[in-house]
Amino acid sequence: MEHISFLVAVVIITALAFDFTNGFHDTANAAATAIATGALRPKVAVTIAAVLNFAGAFLSVKVATTISGGIVNEKAGVHPEIIFAALAGAILWNLLTWLRGLPSSSSHALYGGLIGATIVGVGMNGVNFDTVVTKIIIPAVASPFVAGLAAWGATKLAYAITRKGDDAATEKGFKTGQIFSSSLISLAHGTNDAQKTMGIITLTLVSVGALPHGALPPTWVIVSAGAAIALGTYMGGWRIIRSMGKGLADIRPPQGFASESAAATVILTSSHMGFGLSTTQVCSGGIMGAGLGGPKGELRWSLVRRMVYTWGLTLPAAALVSGGAALLAEQGTWGIVLVGVALVSGSGAMWLISRRQPVGADNVNDVTPVEVAPTVTANVPTPASTTVAA
Amino acid sequence: MHIKWNALAQTAGFSFGITVAVVAVFALGILALSRREASLSAAREGSGAPAAGGAKLALAGAYVCFAACAATVGYGLMLIAGK
Repeated sequence: MEHISFLVAVVIITALAFDFTNGFHDTANAAATAIATGALRPKVAVTIAAVLNFAGAFLSVKVATTISGGIVNEKAGVHPEIIFAALAGAILWNLLTWLRGLPSSSSHALYGGLIGATIVGVGMNGVNFDTVVTKIIIPAVASPFVAGLAAWGATKLAYAITRKGDDAATEKGFKTGQIFSSSLISLAHGTNDAQKTMGIITLTLVSVGALPHGALPPTWVIVSAGAAIALGTYMGGWRIIRSMGKGLADIRPPQGFASESAAATVILTSSHMGFGLSTTQVCSGGIMGAGLGGPKGELRWSLVRRMVYTWGLTLPAAALVSGGAALLAEQGTWGIVLVGVALVSGSGAMWLISRRQPVGADNVNDVTPVEVAPTVTANVPTPASTTVAA
Repeated sequence: MHIKWNALAQTAGFSFGITVAVVAVFALGILALSRREASLSAAREGSGAPAAGGAKLALAGAYVCFAACAATVGYGLMLIAGK
């Protein structure tokens, strides 16, 4: 039993680590457009986002019970090794996409990881493919379009209505509105994504019999999941903030407000209906719609293409990595240790590479795209005091 | 496999409707505020009481718009927190 409880502790810590990467990967969702339009200063934006992510974790546990009881068949014999492997794959994929400044879905990385590890560890019958299609894949494909369309319509209307007003007053008004709309996204994000970690931890505890089947997450799980995601959010995924805020389109305050409102509405409506969709894809979709609906009607399609490829790749890639990790972790303690070592060294390596071209609060609004060059390029002078990019 | 097209369509429809409505009402509020500024400066330039009255009306309109937006957000949060 001692071996198992040690493993469970490792899984819980890894789950919280995933939650942390989820936080900084997704800071951009709420903060990117607010920072890009100047509605909020970068540091202020991430602080508000962090606080509201934490608060959001307490709003609901509906999605938490969907994840732990839905995608993976708990009764088929899912055990902590599998969950550990799933998290390892999800964390590595999250870090890789962050390094490249691409807003991929943390949720899909997690789902992919779970699916891959379960197929290897339990077999095909461990995964409820019906649930995967109805609750993940279909909403994932539909939600960016819905958010994009809503943001597009809202942007058109916002410009039409305020056309006769004073330009400066309009900009100021929408900037104020953005503070609220971006806050709402953070809250919704906390509700949605912190619940996924709660679901994972709960699933682990259920798998070792510490909790009965179908149990709700205990309070300490809710608190620690909320804290991990808030801390990650506060670190700020500046590379992704730059791509989303400055890379996709030139976003003005009315567009920022429209895209954030669309994203917040889609996320809240879906989580009300119990669909665990990707906040990232919804927010990106909203920004794309707002970019197209704006006065210029422009979008940088090359980045859009890269994002969409990454979205499609996220689930299978995480599944593949996690499947491999599960294969190792199933071999016994040495396998688990090996996966742990690979996870830590892989994460460390990616962090080191990111240092070559740091993006932080100070240079987040520069338009230079994040490209990890093989050679050290110092086109962005960064004072040593501001190397807080994460 | 049972796909809940109804639930999906509902989610999509609601999301679109609510977004467009909230943003439109918010934009109207901003327009009202900007009208108020215009009326106020007209009043300062001496066109007198009617302009000042217009400013008050515009401000009231803006408040109604922003309150409607806030109420929608509040209702949405209530639905989520009620679970």
